[in-house]
Amino acid sequence: MRSILKNCQDMIGLHQLEIGKKALIKKFLREDILLKTLEMGMLPNTEIEITCIAPLGDPICVKVNGTMLSLRKAEASSIQVEVLV
Amino acid sequence: MKIALIGNPNSGKSSLFNQLTGLNQKVANFAGVTVEKKTGYFTLPSQEKVELTDLPGTYSLYPKSLDEQVVIDFLLSQQSKEAPDLILVVADAANLQRNLLLFDEIKDLGFGVILVLNMIDLAEQSGWEIDTEQLQKSLGVPVIATNARNGKGISSLKEAIQNFQKKELKQPKLKIFAGLEDLIQEVKNYTHTKNDYIAWLYLQHYERLHFFSEKDKDYLQKLQIQYRFKSLSMQTQETLERYSSLGNIVAESTLKHEKPRNPIWISQKIDKILMHKFWGFGIFILILLLMFDAIFQWAELPTTFIEEQTSALQEFTKNKLPNGWFAELLSDGIIAGIGSVLVFVPQIALLFGFIAILEESGYMIRAMIMMDKLMRRFGLNGKSVVPLISGVACAIPAIMATRNIDNRKERLITILVTPFISCSARLPIYTVMIALVIPQGSFLGFLSWQALALLSMYLLGILMALFASIILKKILHFQDNSYFVVEIPTYKIPRWKNVGITIWEKVKTFSIEAGKVIVVISIILWALASFGWGDSLEQAENKIRKNNPTLNEEQITPFVSAARLEASYAGMLGKFLEPAIEPLGFDWKIGIALVSSFAAREVFVSTMSVIYGLGTDDEQSVRKRMSQELNSSTQKPFYNLAVGLSLMVFYAFAMQCMSTFAIVYKETKSWKYPLLQLIAMNLLAYLFSLATYQILVNFV
Repeated sequence: MRSILKNCQDMIGLHQLEIGKKALIKKFLREDILLKTLEMGMLPNTEIEITCIAPLGDPICVKVNGTMLSLRKAEASSIQVEVLV
Repeated sequence: MKIALIGNPNSGKSSLFNQLTGLNQKVANFAGVTVEKKTGYFTLPSQEKVELTDLPGTYSLYPKSLDEQVVIDFLLSQQSKEAPDLILVVADAANLQRNLLLFDEIKDLGFGVILVLNMIDLAEQSGWEIDTEQLQKSLGVPVIATNARNGKGISSLKEAIQNFQKKELKQPKLKIFAGLEDLIQEVKNYTHTKNDYIAWLYLQHYERLHFFSEKDKDYLQKLQIQYRFKSLSMQTQETLERYSSLGNIVAESTLKHEKPRNPIWISQKIDKILMHKFWGFGIFILILLLMFDAIFQWAELPTTFIEEQTSALQEFTKNKLPNGWFAELLSDGIIAGIGSVLVFVPQIALLFGFIAILEESGYMIRAMIMMDKLMRRFGLNGKSVVPLISGVACAIPAIMATRNIDNRKERLITILVTPFISCSARLPIYTVMIALVIPQGSFLGFLSWQALALLSMYLLGILMALFASIILKKILHFQDNSYFVVEIPTYKIPRWKNVGITIWEKVKTFSIEAGKVIVVISIILWALASFGWGDSLEQAENKIRKNNPTLNEEQITPFVSAARLEASYAGMLGKFLEPAIEPLGFDWKIGIALVSSFAAREVFVSTMSVIYGLGTDDEQSVRKRMSQELNSSTQKPFYNLAVGLSLMVFYAFAMQCMSTFAIVYKETKSWKYPLLQLIAMNLLAYLFSLATYQILVNFV
């Protein structure tokens, strides 16, 4: 019981990840975003990190699997990640 | 031999293409779509000639945009005579697992494949150690490492192509096929395909493949429903399955060392400055201003040179050929028309050169990222940045650059508003009018009024573009979702060869696309200006000669030309328009110029020179003569502030460029949009010009 609760607590939307903190991609809430980002290297259980935020707060830049990508906050919010300590 | 080049965006595919084919390339369109198809030629060591087709960059065989769509169309139409004998899959060696996804899918289609591991130097700098022999064994295809930027590995690649022997086709075995063998078999039977994966892709993509008839699509749809084939879910599973097996292969053949100063680390450091929260925007605007300043300054000399040579050629033609309509058609219709196209080449070449440099270096993507949120407010996309900037040179290549915007609404709005950006052709009108009506002197001692006026005209275009975007955003209704998921390449030093080839291609496109329309319309307008009803032209000429018996031939020629123009069809059109344009402060002489501007806006100046009876069309003389023109009712200078501003505003907004009309039709595949543009823009031009003139005359 506690382990399930712990998992839920540790999963946040990618857009909420702090710059510099590393996380693990866990779940995709939208199939269309999943398909678009999957083939660009955002695979489940791979490490991801936010590297920059555009001047107006949107889009964000991420580093995943040796590649740098950029996506909008709306799209990032549909990707659930688990923060790594 | 026919070869197709395919790979991820940013994998250095175009560098490789340019390395292999040099300037030996041509650009056409893929069948039925306005997506560029680059084809080039090179020879193998054995002297065999190879035709290389560059396919648009894509991440997989599941297209997300128009140009990615072209890839599956090209690969899946088996009956096509364009079917390649061999496919070169280009992969970024530093991002192997992801780049191999496309390779893995292509391999299953049954084509002969060679894997090109490109950017091998960057991979090494990132700490990668790649065992190409092991990779070759695991993947079952030849693997060649290259550095397309400096040509390393190209000769090995050519050898591998020459020695390539197609192996026996093994049917692709995917776990996702399990349980659906019957479905696949039915598709294979119906489409006469032997390959399981091709059948699979037919099932996934049938709606978008143009070689399927309605009957075919219905049949495949029925099959999907019958077998409960869930498209998206299958796509996800397939991608995950492929990645999984690729992960193992990559792990077996590569080793990654931690390298502290790797290209990504360097790029991130640079981004801290260039994509800074506060300064990022400012730096971008600064770069743009420097760019435009350089373009206008550096283009002056070549532009003047071309103008002079065109005039010289016209003179030469008139002297060498016997007097008559043919000499005039050649000189004032055709040569003048071609001249008016070529005169913009310096500005266009420079602008596209700078854009190419920004793209090659990797900065352009960052600019798009920074601008995306702002653009979205206007119904545009971060990717709209390049077309809008390009519009300062010419709207034609700018509109063609909208092809990478996947969202239909955003792409359409970008196409429709780009012509509001003041292009090179409007500049001569602005400079002549500003010199005529804006006083010398400066604001606060250093900002000259004239420079401010010019800047304002450009700002006006930008503001109107944004204003039109917002309106279109509200009234156009499309269903597509808008996405912005892009790869950020590492910063690279631009490859000058690529920049040069890009400039060449863009200039060629402009010259041909715009040129076609401009030359034809120039000829039509020349005819309108050279012929009149009955013998009206002869009568006008005789009248002038009668009233000026003392003038010699050279002195009387300008007056004769002016009189003939007034009596011609063009003159009649001008007089016909006069009542409509009088509220804008224009007279029938300007009316003629407005009509001739439909060929090309800049023809305004040369038309003015003829109307005012000048022997020459150099700007200084035209300006001087126009400043002497008096308004018949007030006896004050005709070209005052009100008229000048009204005219500039009109040209800022009016859609007169028929070449733009033609390109919008081609890119939107419909008459609806270019017509909408034509009517709306000219209406706006009329209303704003009217407002400008009336306000200045009555209240100022």
